[in-house]
Amino acid sequence: MTGIQEKTASVNNLEECLKCTVCTVYCPVTAVNPGYPGPKQAGPDGERYRLKNSAYYDESLRKCLNCKRCEVACPSGVRPADIIQAARIRYSKHSPSLRDRLLASTDFVGGIATVMAPIVNGMLSLRPVKVLMDKTIGVDAHRQFPAYSGEKFTTWWHREAEKGQSAFSKHISYFHGCYVQYNFPRLGRDLVKIMNAVGYGVHLLSGERCCGVAKIANGLIGDACRDAQRNMEAVRRSVFKENRTVVATSSTCVLTMRDEYSELLGVDNSDVRSNINLATRFLHTLVDSGEIKIAFRKDYLKNVAYHTPCHMARLGWGVHSVELLKMIPGLNLNVLQQECCGMSGTYGFKKENYKYSQAIGQTLFDNISAANPDVVATDCETCKWQIEMSTPYKVLNPVSIIAEALDVDETRKLNGLC
Amino acid sequence: MDYFAEKKYYDVIIIGGGITGAGTARDCAMRGLKTLLVERFDFTAGATGRNHGLLHSGARYAVTDKESASECITENMILRRIARHCVEDTGGLFVTLQDDDLGYQAKFVESCRASGINAEVIDPAEARRLEPAVNPGIIGAVRVPDGAVDPFRLTISNVVDAVRNGADVLTFHEVQSLIIVGGKVVGVRMLDKRGKREVEAYSSLVINAAGIWGYLVAKKAGITINMFPAKGALLIFGHRINNMVINRCRKPADADILVPGDTISLIGTTSSRVPYEDIDNMRVTRDEVDVLLREGSLIAPVLANTRIIRAYAGVRPLVAADNDPSGRSISRGIVCLDHASRDGLDGFITITGGKLMTYRLMAEKAVDMACAKLGRNAVCRTAETMLPGSDDMPGYNVKKDCCGGLLPDQQSAVRAATGRHGSLSRHIVCDKESDRAVVCECEQVSVGEIRYAMDQLHADRLVSLRRRTRLGMGTCQGELCACRAAGVMAALGKDPVSTLADLKSFIAERWKGMEAVAWGDTLAEAQLMEWLYVGMCGLDRVPGLSYSKKQ
Repeated sequence: MTGIQEKTASVNNLEECLKCTVCTVYCPVTAVNPGYPGPKQAGPDGERYRLKNSAYYDESLRKCLNCKRCEVACPSGVRPADIIQAARIRYSKHSPSLRDRLLASTDFVGGIATVMAPIVNGMLSLRPVKVLMDKTIGVDAHRQFPAYSGEKFTTWWHREAEKGQSAFSKHISYFHGCYVQYNFPRLGRDLVKIMNAVGYGVHLLSGERCCGVAKIANGLIGDACRDAQRNMEAVRRSVFKENRTVVATSSTCVLTMRDEYSELLGVDNSDVRSNINLATRFLHTLVDSGEIKIAFRKDYLKNVAYHTPCHMARLGWGVHSVELLKMIPGLNLNVLQQECCGMSGTYGFKKENYKYSQAIGQTLFDNISAANPDVVATDCETCKWQIEMSTPYKVLNPVSIIAEALDVDETRKLNGLC
Repeated sequence: MDYFAEKKYYDVIIIGGGITGAGTARDCAMRGLKTLLVERFDFTAGATGRNHGLLHSGARYAVTDKESASECITENMILRRIARHCVEDTGGLFVTLQDDDLGYQAKFVESCRASGINAEVIDPAEARRLEPAVNPGIIGAVRVPDGAVDPFRLTISNVVDAVRNGADVLTFHEVQSLIIVGGKVVGVRMLDKRGKREVEAYSSLVINAAGIWGYLVAKKAGITINMFPAKGALLIFGHRINNMVINRCRKPADADILVPGDTISLIGTTSSRVPYEDIDNMRVTRDEVDVLLREGSLIAPVLANTRIIRAYAGVRPLVAADNDPSGRSISRGIVCLDHASRDGLDGFITITGGKLMTYRLMAEKAVDMACAKLGRNAVCRTAETMLPGSDDMPGYNVKKDCCGGLLPDQQSAVRAATGRHGSLSRHIVCDKESDRAVVCECEQVSVGEIRYAMDQLHADRLVSLRRRTRLGMGTCQGELCACRAAGVMAALGKDPVSTLADLKSFIAERWKGMEAVAWGDTLAEAQLMEWLYVGMCGLDRVPGLSYSKKQ
């Protein structure tokens, strides 16, 4: 019989596990919380029991951050984080609380909060409100909520940018995500500035939804599936009808759409997966192949520490952000040892996780203090919240730093735009 | 105190610590006989620990061996009740593949019904829904009350009950000869393998329940039992791929049963006659692996791409009827021999043939004969009395009663221990955090469970610990847990020097089972194991049993 035993075919490579335990060594949660059995036990070991009987599912799996460092560490290609998340989706009897629903619904809450941004921001920073949320719904009082913007990114785009975009010969669609849309439209504006300077028009996806990462983490799987399907329809329209590749500025949104949709939600994305890209990787690949050129201001002098988000490490794309930043002549770059910041999206907001969240991030905070940069660069918004809350340093997406340092006129010239 | 300081007298001495011997000891003890159970190695070290773990409905024998079929279904129903902590009610399917004769199905169903087995013809689509691992191309399916039974747990539970009822048990005591006075067996002379000395025990009656080794025991008394040592090989897959037993609906042949057993799945078996010289050292051959894999992947195609963690083989104690070269057509029926009437040797009974499924009935028949010979008038109660572990299950609170309440985050270890020991798990003491440490991660065995097995389940070496707890039976085959468990045993009072030799022989035994299937991930696992134990720990320099290094 040909092909027999030539390959194994278990879900998430469960049975390639050689029990070497290196995943558990790299797990940031195991290091600080002895109550979590670690990715090996919670993942491939536990899965054997769950396959026998679902009663062996253990709610301690909810302590997993889904940072995916275990998957990066595994020398055998096992995906412990996916095994754990899939088990939570299949077996958990824990229903999402009001808090979980509020935290997970970044799009719904963001939509309301943006309308009343000054009031919401003021309220959320008031000590009594924080204590109230801590006591009632379990959002830790130490947490600072990211400020909501008074204007959505898309509102700005329609007003300021839309008109000029068709004039370009090349185009992308921008998946802005909830953070750029409701909290930090500046990052989206920075991307438009860079892309336009190198000759690309930036368009919105028609019908973009939240990528769903927070909904997956909080057990709102039905909602996450609906969002995933809508997003894939939007991406397909962009790729196949409009011939525009899709670019995002958040490493987590990209990882979710590329990997979690098919692995965890069962939403097929195989036809468009390679067309979902991260802005720094997209730009660096174009620079590397000589298709575009970028010129930087000579007077931009800064010490920057780059933190690789865990999901960026899982994508294996940290190199693209680093290489782009290195191109800025006056920038002194310090690439930090990859550590988890402990935030992991909504995880760190929860009262029961706050202590562990801060303990996990401590090494990173210490390393940043030792580097003492002018600014920290990272591709993930929740890493940004965590670092800004836990250290005195300001954090920017590499895209924003590139936009700051960009010599727009020179760049346009180099790309034949004037 | 030396057990043999004074002469020991029993009503019955039973030779053989497999399921038949353990069941016979329980039955004897429950009927008030003063009983000694003797085993040359460890409980379940022979064929009892090397089979499918299939709770037969009897359907497999319905067409060819009606008597065995009826015995199986009766005992099946009894075991579901008295040994529920050893049994998993998976249900079973008999499937007809495209190239098989669908005509056999009607005969099969009719024969099942004649034997009292509830066989229900179902739509192949329904079978695929019930068991997604089954070959999607099946053209027929019958549902039967098959299940899975753990032979290790079943045996030790019988031993525990025998001891509770007053029986003595001796492991690592090998019978050297029967003591015969005036044409009557009056006792046994044994080699105490640990004390390295000869000891004797006396009895009115000796029951030979040594399986295929019973041939050799009888031979010591000059008696020949015409037995047929039939080797059966099986493969263990790394995790469960099916949750129902899948059988092939045809005349019994090679590799036509796939059983979900605890955390793994098992395909088997083959059947071939082996010489008596080989019965202590079964090795699975390349041809056997090939046939198991090729035939097995016909009933469940996913087997072709699933990691095999181990191959093993047992020897069936068939009693020869004719010269059938494979032994497939020999009855699995029970043979109970009174050597007084058969061979003129009084005080000696052999109970053999049969199968794991019918061990209780075998014991009943042997003890009925023993009671008749001893002039005792006691009724068998083994079919009604729950085995330890299966008793007082209703209202049994896992969280509260088991392991002294493990931490909530270690619930999976609690559940695993309860799954293994049933209500006996309340004896596992895990008061201290160190007791709750997990030793075997694949099978979730804690320090507390190891201590319980050492103190109460006659486990004093790693291989016994494996049989009592599943330690080292998981994906890594002892790679991570063997050295930890050896350390725990030494910390609990075992001599460190002999523990080291024990570790070496345990690892050698694990490698023996991996050797026949050493490719892909299992080869990588074996290599990692070698680096750890030989490269890092220098286990090859430990004196003791020499082991064959994998190729």
